[in-house]
Amino acid sequence: MQVSMTVNGQQRTDEVEPRTLLAHHLRDNLGLTATNIGCDSTSCGACTVIVDGLTVKSCTVLALQAEGSEVTTLEGLSTDGEMHPVQAAFRSEHGLQCGFCTSGMVMAAVGVLADNPNPTDREVREGLEGNLCRCTGYHNIVRAVLKAAESGPAAGQVPAAKQEVTA
Amino acid sequence: MSILGTRVVRTEDPLFLTRGAVYTDDLTDERLAGALHATFVRSNVAHGTVTSVDASAAREAPGVVAVYTAEDLGDLKPVPPPLPFLDAGFSRPWLVPVGGRVHFVGDLVAVVLTEERYQGEDAAEQVVVDIDPLPAVVTTRAAATDETVLFPEVGTNKVAAFGEPAPEDFFADCEVVVSRAITNQRVAAAPLETRAASAAWGEDGRVTIWCTNQGAQQAKGQIAGWLDLDPALVHLITPDVGGGFGAKIGADQEYAFVAWLAQQAGRPVRWSESRSENMTGMLQGRAQDQVVTIGGSRDGKVTAYSLEVTQDCGAYPRIGTVLPTLTMLMAAAVYDIPKVHAQATCYATNGTSIGAYRGAGRPEATAAVERAMDLFAAEIGMDPAEVRRINFIPAFTEPVQTSSGATYDSGDYEAALDRVLEAAGYAELRAEQARRRERGDVRQLGIGVSAYVEITGADSGHGTSENAELEVHPDGTATVLTGTSPHGQGHATTWAMLASEQLGIPVEKITVLHGDTDKVPDGGGTMGSRSLQQGGAAVHQAAVELVEVARKRAAELLEANPDDLEVDLANAGLSVKGTPGTGVTWAQLAADEQLIVQTTFTANAPTFPFGAHVAVVETDVESGKAVVTRLVTVDDAGTIINPLLAEGQRHGGIAQGVGQALLEEILYDEDGNPQTSTFADYPFVSATELPSFELVEMATPTPMNPLGAKGIGEAGTIGSTPAVQSAVVDSVAHLGVRHVDMPATSMRVWRAIREAQNSGAQKGSTN
Repeated sequence: MQVSMTVNGQQRTDEVEPRTLLAHHLRDNLGLTATNIGCDSTSCGACTVIVDGLTVKSCTVLALQAEGSEVTTLEGLSTDGEMHPVQAAFRSEHGLQCGFCTSGMVMAAVGVLADNPNPTDREVREGLEGNLCRCTGYHNIVRAVLKAAESGPAAGQVPAAKQEVTA
Repeated sequence: MSILGTRVVRTEDPLFLTRGAVYTDDLTDERLAGALHATFVRSNVAHGTVTSVDASAAREAPGVVAVYTAEDLGDLKPVPPPLPFLDAGFSRPWLVPVGGRVHFVGDLVAVVLTEERYQGEDAAEQVVVDIDPLPAVVTTRAAATDETVLFPEVGTNKVAAFGEPAPEDFFADCEVVVSRAITNQRVAAAPLETRAASAAWGEDGRVTIWCTNQGAQQAKGQIAGWLDLDPALVHLITPDVGGGFGAKIGADQEYAFVAWLAQQAGRPVRWSESRSENMTGMLQGRAQDQVVTIGGSRDGKVTAYSLEVTQDCGAYPRIGTVLPTLTMLMAAAVYDIPKVHAQATCYATNGTSIGAYRGAGRPEATAAVERAMDLFAAEIGMDPAEVRRINFIPAFTEPVQTSSGATYDSGDYEAALDRVLEAAGYAELRAEQARRRERGDVRQLGIGVSAYVEITGADSGHGTSENAELEVHPDGTATVLTGTSPHGQGHATTWAMLASEQLGIPVEKITVLHGDTDKVPDGGGTMGSRSLQQGGAAVHQAAVELVEVARKRAAELLEANPDDLEVDLANAGLSVKGTPGTGVTWAQLAADEQLIVQTTFTANAPTFPFGAHVAVVETDVESGKAVVTRLVTVDDAGTIINPLLAEGQRHGGIAQGVGQALLEEILYDEDGNPQTSTFADYPFVSATELPSFELVEMATPTPMNPLGAKGIGEAGTIGSTPAVQSAVVDSVAHLGVRHVDMPATSMRVWRAIREAQNSGAQKGSTN
């Protein structure tokens, strides 16, 4: 079947099997491999992307369900070579090690900050409960999200779609 | 100013954060164009005899190029166990044949090659496998009876035994003796990236294998051996690796299989597993039952300690078989105990094979002795911190040999404890605990104290050596080749810092390459917290040697005495001392003649980082739920090169320890069916179950390498696991509980409270 969606600001139309998961569509058909698949059971959040302003685990969404949607992946977060505030904070606070959870964690963090621009340590933890990381113990991820919050509303927005985001 | 010891952010991160790292399943290498997808058909029975395998329907399924069963394997020989002393009867077939036995849920029975990824799962479901079940051996206790023997040609489930029983009078002169059976449960390493491999054969007859692994060189050697290939024909690449934690040490049979399939099919082949496949197929960790016995005097001096280990090796014994020897080596831990006894017996069971997991043998030693110390302290009514203080090995700067046979390099265990107790506000915590107990609060406070020492940089198959190559290029950039294999540790940054420190070339201009056996034929990989103290030391040594080469060349160019030249950091070159900017740049020197150094650093011996942790928990005594509210840690790993990254290693280690202490456990039912084979079932520790950590600094350099660095990768886990377990026990100790096994779940804690109350005795226990 044909599926059309706007991915990172670009209109894309492709042939997919009806059962194709959005995560596989992004990775295998569109070559956007920053989105990782870590569990297949909607538990780990490595595949988190933003669809029409909502953070979504793309391993549990069919590509067809994103028909006509605006999809943002990690690759679409920076603008003109400048990192998004959440990306920049993950770097400065050492919020990533092996990097496998990072794409989903960054996208989820954007959603957390969209909902709550000034979260506490506990609120960040609760907001990221659905995103697992084995390397960092979450300590520096939480610090990174709190740091990103200092940059104001931009930390909770995605640039390409120019949308408000909610978790 | 030296760059060493500063918080340099990672050079890896801009790509990781904007484009994503490139893991094995992300590869778009042109050699993999048109690759087939491999899908394995696995046993869903833990123990049984295969009576038939019918692949006829699968062969007709859409997109299927080939289906292989045991009949189609040609002259592939079963893979022998990886340790030479193990009985060859423990060999693992590539695919279990009709008439052969499956030994765990996940054992390989067939493999399907398809054009597309999804077609593989469809076709694999159509391979019909009949298995006559045999009784499953799920526990080491059952294995030890040999009522059901897993490998009839071996004749027993006993895989190995180390050490002798303790003499009968071992504790005869002790005033107080406490003994307890405790469990160090089976857990999943659970790196976020599951296993994956790809392979492509070139027209030159060589195969390129990409796989996610902690040591390309070791994996290459194994795969070549299993497939009976000339190692020169194997090119193995580890792209970005999404976590390992020990479970990606050594090649897995599936990786070699992918290479063999690509050869058979005449096309490249890719494989990446699902999480449920990973949770049964990937090496798991710990899995020790222990009996600790501790004896001493009522004034707190411990004089004898015994540790008996029963190791579950899983179905096909692998490296987990020898991890108890590390447990035995480290049995005495930080304590000066006159008599220490340790022994281990290892059994095969119908579970997933056991391998290394963060700490690999040493956390089990620390967990055991720290539990023993707490039990001893409770028995004599002394504060657990005080009991530890009385028994510590005194501070030392010259090597010290322990009663269990290890030789420690440097340490000050009491200072580590003092620092952590002060930072935690130990006295006030005890006062708060007393107030809550007095009031009979529902939420009681528990304070757990642990002290640890561990061995890092031990010989894990590559001696205590690592190599490095450093080249400066005519454009003024430099390249480092290393035999270590980072998968999150940040070697690209830290190794560049070490080279930059000597050369003055900025970190951003230094590229670090690893994990490609054509570029780096020799290397020990990243495991056992060895990388900085051996691989980093090799980079440091290479940089020092390269400066010497350059100094001689520059002296000729400048017609100066080599001794008068020094590295001119500001101008990235060499100049006459005191006259910066007058000399020759690295770029000029490299343009004249290739400027390259290859070197090997060999450490005299392993190093022994140490520390002390305080965990604070709040336990709801009505529900049994314990919540960690604070974790305060001293983790002394000698000299720190990049505090930002060293802290990251500590954080991750601490969290994994909490996961094991409170939540995580691989479970099987009585038939050997996995009960925790997805992340929906396996309680992987999440952000909400952890506090932010309070790290306390302490750095006691080691004399074993010029950097003064010890390993930091595993230390956090070794310290936090017993601290958290101890805190949970402590939170309900006033109710009569002396022990709660890990994971200290609500159910276990609740039961322990009930049992203690029902028995009315001083001692509580759990199932």
